Amino acid sequence: MKLTLERVEQRVGAETWLHPLDLALVPNAVTVLLGATQAGKTTLMRVMAGLDPPAKGRVLADGVDVTGRPVRERNVAMVYQQFINYPSMTVADNIGSPLRLRGEKNIAARVKEIAAKLHIEPFLSRLPAELSGGQQQRVALARALAKNAPLMLLDEPLVNLDYKLREELREELSQLFAQGASTVVYATTEPTEALLLGGCTAVLDAGELLQYGPTAEVFHRPASIRVARAFSDPPMNLVAADAGPGGVMLQGGVALAVALPAGATTGLTVGIRAGALRVRPREGDLVLPGKVELAEISGSDTFLHAETAIGELVAQLTGVHQFTLGEPVALHLDPGQAYVFDSVGALLRAPARE
Amino acid sequence: MALIELDLAHAYGANPRSDDDYALLPLKMSFADGGAYALLGPSGCGKTTLLNIVSGLVKPSQGSVRFDGVDVTGRTPQQRNIAQVFQFPVIYDTMTVAENLAFPLRNRGVAPERIARRVGQVAEMLELSGQLHQRAAGLAADAKQKISLGRGLVREDVSAVLFDEPLTVIDPHLKWQLRRKLKQIHHELKLTLIYVTHDQVEALTFAEQVVVMTRGRAVQVGSASELFDRPQHTFVGHFIGSPGMNFLPAEAADDGLRVAGHRVAAAPAALRGLGPLTLGVRPEYVTLAAAEAEGAVRGTVTRAQDIGTYWLVTAQVGDDAASVVRARLGSHGPVPKAGDAAWLRIVGPRTCFYGADQNLVFEGAAA
Repeated sequence: MKLTLERVEQRVGAETWLHPLDLALVPNAVTVLLGATQAGKTTLMRVMAGLDPPAKGRVLADGVDVTGRPVRERNVAMVYQQFINYPSMTVADNIGSPLRLRGEKNIAARVKEIAAKLHIEPFLSRLPAELSGGQQQRVALARALAKNAPLMLLDEPLVNLDYKLREELREELSQLFAQGASTVVYATTEPTEALLLGGCTAVLDAGELLQYGPTAEVFHRPASIRVARAFSDPPMNLVAADAGPGGVMLQGGVALAVALPAGATTGLTVGIRAGALRVRPREGDLVLPGKVELAEISGSDTFLHAETAIGELVAQLTGVHQFTLGEPVALHLDPGQAYVFDSVGALLRAPARE
Repeated sequence: MALIELDLAHAYGANPRSDDDYALLPLKMSFADGGAYALLGPSGCGKTTLLNIVSGLVKPSQGSVRFDGVDVTGRTPQQRNIAQVFQFPVIYDTMTVAENLAFPLRNRGVAPERIARRVGQVAEMLELSGQLHQRAAGLAADAKQKISLGRGLVREDVSAVLFDEPLTVIDPHLKWQLRRKLKQIHHELKLTLIYVTHDQVEALTFAEQVVVMTRGRAVQVGSASELFDRPQHTFVGHFIGSPGMNFLPAEAADDGLRVAGHRVAAAPAALRGLGPLTLGVRPEYVTLAAAEAEGAVRGTVTRAQDIGTYWLVTAQVGDDAASVVRARLGSHGPVPKAGDAAWLRIVGPRTCFYGADQNLVFEGAAA
């Protein structure tokens, strides 16, 4: 389905929850709504679903104006953070409920097929309360899939599961989405989840739609500091800078050799992704000596926090590395990997991609 | 402070028969005086039961708990001299921050000047000095939880301080600062700290030794590097890391090491005659290789994902649907695309082999 929002705006009382926005979702693909809590993701989804009419603007489904048409008259499937199932119905009846509502045939076979996809076939005759959290959310997802709706909205569906389950279900979901049966909207607060889901990403911040495009493209070329902030985990290192001979002069008096467009002078911000900082040197690197503040270990990565001449930096190192608090460390940066933003935060330069 | 030794098992019901009846299977373990430990595992793994047994809230159904050689199995948390910090703040809203921090000391009749000194020290460490004379009631959830942490850490004479998911209520971007604080505090106060969590970041960052648990069993006790590089059990390889370790069926046959049906390398002598094995290799240690290279397997790439700072490449390497290898490749070199054939090196110095009981039998490659 082709879902288009035109100048959509949302207000609650005197407060603006969504600033006017235009958004044409790529049909039959996944669009990730990425933003912190309170960014407007749920508000936007509710407008898309028809749960709330927008204060202003139009919602078009395949070119037809559906603004203000209630959700029950629209073919939309939704999955929420909480595991919502009918407690008195078996898993099979839960999954089959949208099919029964439409008076479809072969319900049992369809239910079995979807349950198999989500690995809950063995539990079909149980009640939701007899299942673990992860299994309950699988039931809710199965019911949404059974509906076979052209538009599927998922509001942080994995947030209440522990991380191994989240990994597994995300993988399965992204494969189901890739089949292209529906236009899928998936809200998350986690940049890594957006990258793992792929598709397209819409970055929201404080009720504003900041950027929309293919996920990797938005990540590698954030239009502004705000986008870069919302779409970096760990946060992008941001360092105040001015144009200088042969590049920029960073705070703390460190020169960085990056080519700048003409006209860029003062009040610049240099952005350095944590993944661009290394402890292993390469030819042509800028070397930043520092002191270890903490090494956070995520399991696959080590996030090294270090105090340096240009301020506190976070480096993302692959694998597990142990550091002693306070020990000296040198961080290395290929100058070409730096982002530069102008005085109002707009992107001036991004690293070239191979 | 004390050396804590456990030699016990626990079942909540009477007459346990099978392994499933145990919340904690028989285990022997010790926590060194002044160490920082984490108990890590998914929900239901037994980590909270273990913590409650150390504190004295739960009496093990068999075996004993010893503090410095003394059997304390029947003693209460108070008698054991244990301090605890829970998921949610437990403080007195009507008291000031300083009074809250002083409470555990005042309760034990510590001299006022010593109380003042210790409260000052702990408040300084937790950056609460500026709020010492404010009432706790008006503070935000994370400040209140800091007071809870401070109350847990304020006594110098405790046997151990136990933490049960203490950073749950802390805002994600403040968490790393508190993790750092806890590490610094451990450094300075040298208390024995035991920390329960299901979050690998918290466990691996905070603890010197992590106890990984699954289904009532402690499958490995080790440092973050040991858990990453030498998982002693397939569960550890799976649970630590995102994505976790790749696992493939393997066997040391006469013609060499066979993985997912293909001969990939010379067979390490230690593996001969062991029968069916599981090869484990982390996505971080899988690299692209030349065709037919020693240690490499041919695969068909099913997915190549740009994860921003690296590429995650998934390849099918055998006929069996489970014979999948994921490789984490830097964006620096070439990256194969979906549909491409690729040779992936899966046998190297960091490759681990597991026996039928899922325990590590060998690591490395044939010399």
